[in-house]
Amino acid sequence: MIEVKDLHKSFGDAHILKGITTSFEKGKTNLIIGQSGSGKTVFLKCLLGLFTFEQGFISYDGKILSELSHDERRDLRSKMGMVFQGSALFDSMTIAENVMFPLRMFTKQSKGEMEDRVNEVLQRVNLPNAHNKMPSEASGGMQKRVAIARAIVNNPKYLFCDEPNSGLDPKTAIVIDNLIQEITDEYQIITVINSHDMNSVMEIGEKIVFLKDGYKEWEGSKETIFKTDNKAVTDFVYSSELFKKVRRMYIEENE
Amino acid sequence: MKYLHNIGTYFIMIKDMFRKPTKWSVMKTLILKDIDDLIISSLGIVAFISFFVGGVVAIQTSLNISNPLIPKYLVGFATRQSIILEFAPTFISIIMAGKVGSFITSSIGTMRVTEQIDALEVMGINAINYLVFPKFIALTLYPFIISIAMFLGILGGLAACVYGGYGTLEDYIEGVQNDFIPFHMAYAFIKTMLFAFILATIPSFYGYFMKGGALEVGKASTTSFVWTSVVIILVNYLITSLLLG
Repeated sequence: MIEVKDLHKSFGDAHILKGITTSFEKGKTNLIIGQSGSGKTVFLKCLLGLFTFEQGFISYDGKILSELSHDERRDLRSKMGMVFQGSALFDSMTIAENVMFPLRMFTKQSKGEMEDRVNEVLQRVNLPNAHNKMPSEASGGMQKRVAIARAIVNNPKYLFCDEPNSGLDPKTAIVIDNLIQEITDEYQIITVINSHDMNSVMEIGEKIVFLKDGYKEWEGSKETIFKTDNKAVTDFVYSSELFKKVRRMYIEENE
Repeated sequence: MKYLHNIGTYFIMIKDMFRKPTKWSVMKTLILKDIDDLIISSLGIVAFISFFVGGVVAIQTSLNISNPLIPKYLVGFATRQSIILEFAPTFISIIMAGKVGSFITSSIGTMRVTEQIDALEVMGINAINYLVFPKFIALTLYPFIISIAMFLGILGGLAACVYGGYGTLEDYIEGVQNDFIPFHMAYAFIKTMLFAFILATIPSFYGYFMKGGALEVGKASTTSFVWTSVVIILVNYLITSLLLG
């Protein structure tokens, strides 16, 4: 479990995170949503240990992040997988080399074993024949899938995704969402996703944390988000006519 | 204040470059790639410039000797001294600050912009060691480039002198051999090693700590070239005062 308690983060005079408290459980897809500038990316980077924070704590399975030594932190990071908004694939490496990279860095496997694992995860993300392509030759959706493959190749315990659907067409976005949820379920990992995409919220949001102006405004799931009266949440989630209708239909059906 | 902050950050980066080393099996591939990118790919331009600048130095020296009491072998002597003491180590390093320095800053800067450095850090990899250390090791071969620049510069002077009709082959060779002080070679290579360190680290600093997007990568490359050149010139002055002054 990842636990976050009273997290505060500032940049100079700008107070970005104002006492966030929440937790993320194993085998669940957790979404952090909110408007641009609400502190989602800063929150994710604090979780990853890329940003230090002034107050509060983050613990991974009981181990408090800020109390870990350099080596313990390195061990923890080797158990994390991250899918960046722009995929962040190493452009000097082929797709297979990108996926193999964490194995080369952190394991003592033979070349054959690493190749077998790379084949397995590329198969898992439905890219069985993309080994020798360069990232620049792959489409946005393919790059995201390679990024997911790289994130899961070393059997992580925690998977973080920063806007995994940005820049993708709706159909590919659903494929990526489903893939992330299947992997979370299959590997029993803790997945935390930063997202703007309301389709993702409705599809895979087993736990949803809504941030507003650096505060945690609301917390729930894809089921409870239909029923909430929180105005900030409804204004944000149901800003489009389509989602307003979906909400009405859901409430009518359940009444 | 900003300059002091940058200088402090630069020295912390140097310290971090030697911390938490990357696995040797990965590092050796990176070093070989950087030797190819930084050393081998620079040989052509260094050879071309050295040969022709050596020729120009010989012609200029010859044209400025009007007194019949000055021996003709002075052309070879002046060319050798100019090339070994200043042109090869310093002038070539300024050119390399443009070629290799811009390449280092833009390649690391692009990795920063596209979150590739964040990806390394999230994986628990010491990104400074992974990115900067192989460049530092590759540039320990920099004296090899400077040796070639020295040889081709003197050869270019010879070709211009003899085939341009500014002097005889015998006079030029006598000048090149005359009054040779071996310590000048040591001085040149001590400078070269310091310049190699500067060439590896200052452009890396500007690439690694850049902020912004594609436009800022271009700006960082320009700033990196300016500061690498300034530091090379200052270090050149200091080391010359210390070793020859």
